[in-house]
Amino acid sequence: MRHLMSPLDFSTGELDRLFDLANDIEKNMDKYAHVCDGKKLATCFYEPSTRTRLSFEAAMLNLGGNVLGFSEASSSSAAKGESVSDTIRVISCYADICAMRHPKEGAPMVAATHSLIPVINAGDGGHQHPTQTLTDLLTIRSLNGSLSDFTIGLCGDLKFGRTVHSLIRALLRYENIKFVFISPEELRIPDYIITELKEKNAEFEEVTKLEDVIGTLDILYMTRVQRERFFNEEDYIRLKDFYILNKAKLALAKETMMVLHPLPRVNEISVEVDNDKRAAYFKQAQYGVYVRMALIMTLLGLADGVLENNDR
Amino acid sequence: MLNVGKIEEGFVLDHIKAGQSLDIYHKLNLDKLDCTVAIIKNAKSNKMGKKDLLKVECDVEMLDLDVLGFIDHSITVNVIKGGEIIEKKSLKLPKQITNVIKCKNPRCITSIEQELPHIFVLTDEKSETYRCKYCEEKAVKRWDI
Ligand SMILES: [Zn+2]
Repeated sequence: MRHLMSPLDFSTGELDRLFDLANDIEKNMDKYAHVCDGKKLATCFYEPSTRTRLSFEAAMLNLGGNVLGFSEASSSSAAKGESVSDTIRVISCYADICAMRHPKEGAPMVAATHSLIPVINAGDGGHQHPTQTLTDLLTIRSLNGSLSDFTIGLCGDLKFGRTVHSLIRALLRYENIKFVFISPEELRIPDYIITELKEKNAEFEEVTKLEDVIGTLDILYMTRVQRERFFNEEDYIRLKDFYILNKAKLALAKETMMVLHPLPRVNEISVEVDNDKRAAYFKQAQYGVYVRMALIMTLLGLADGVLENNDR
Repeated sequence: MLNVGKIEEGFVLDHIKAGQSLDIYHKLNLDKLDCTVAIIKNAKSNKMGKKDLLKVECDVEMLDLDVLGFIDHSITVNVIKGGEIIEKKSLKLPKQITNVIKCKNPRCITSIEQELPHIFVLTDEKSETYRCKYCEEKAVKRWDI
């Protein structure tokens, strides 16, 4: 039985098959409307994350399956002190697959160890959030045509951003990608990531102003710069505008650049950008559903042969 | 070298880094065994300058080689039976160790679920890196409890 704990659990070949399936789902939704008839997805969310939970639930409903679960610890047996391993053994009797979100790192791995059904890590503290990374990869592959040969700028909080670290590591398995890190000095990419980039001989540069580099980018991945990450209010006010994408900055970018964001955004992308054809972040949320559909099918063993039948 | 008497059956752990014998004594749970143990500190060694030794009189099956390999795989294990060395065992880095060290990451699931075994997995043989099976936190110092 297969689980998904980290984006690197799948080889690049397996990811290609997953993304091919997701793209076929995108084109032929109707064909997949009943592949999970009679199957149940349990969403076990020990902390609220409405967006992620709804994305999983929409994915299962699109496949004809049903969903059950809880959306915060206080409404679950965890509030009564039940361990994760006991909970998953019980959930295994109720459902066919489980998506688990937990504030503690490694909780989904504990579940996977004791589970009789596939477990998907839907975010465990600051550790992993693999379906976000799969969403990012599918979006790039679909809109860019491939996962190689491009320059990606990552902008905002690169120090604490789990999403960004995870995406960089996943992209390091592909060819000829140049990374441009755009952040205030206080929120630079951590040294251990720099070490990994050097080990893999990846081309990268670090800058502090988005305007200086935006014209060189094929992809711009925006993240939020949170006020509480700064030592003082003056620094935040002085710096925050460098990391806000607006029409004026976007005018300096290539016509073909795509703007991504894991959402929710606050003010780092101004709404005037939303109607620009380069804004791809809502499309990205849609790809999040397709990739979760493909993932649920794959982990339930329902993906084998599906695409081959297509070609006949 | 100081002689603390021959043992009939048991093992002699040789070439322990000077100062580590007590740690190993505890890690192997020898304090919980009702048997004769000699801890020799700072013995002269041609190879190491100074070294520690442990002599334990017990059933040779009692020794957890994985724990020992994790602590220091350069230790020599002499198995004694009938007063003679019958075997010299070499140690390897174990693939996984359970309940030898604890995960220190305060955000790890093991910090709130006390019954969970603390499992560390060898993730990089070259750098001898072990990581928590759950949260992937690096084991900081190998003989740190
Ligand atoms: Zn841990």
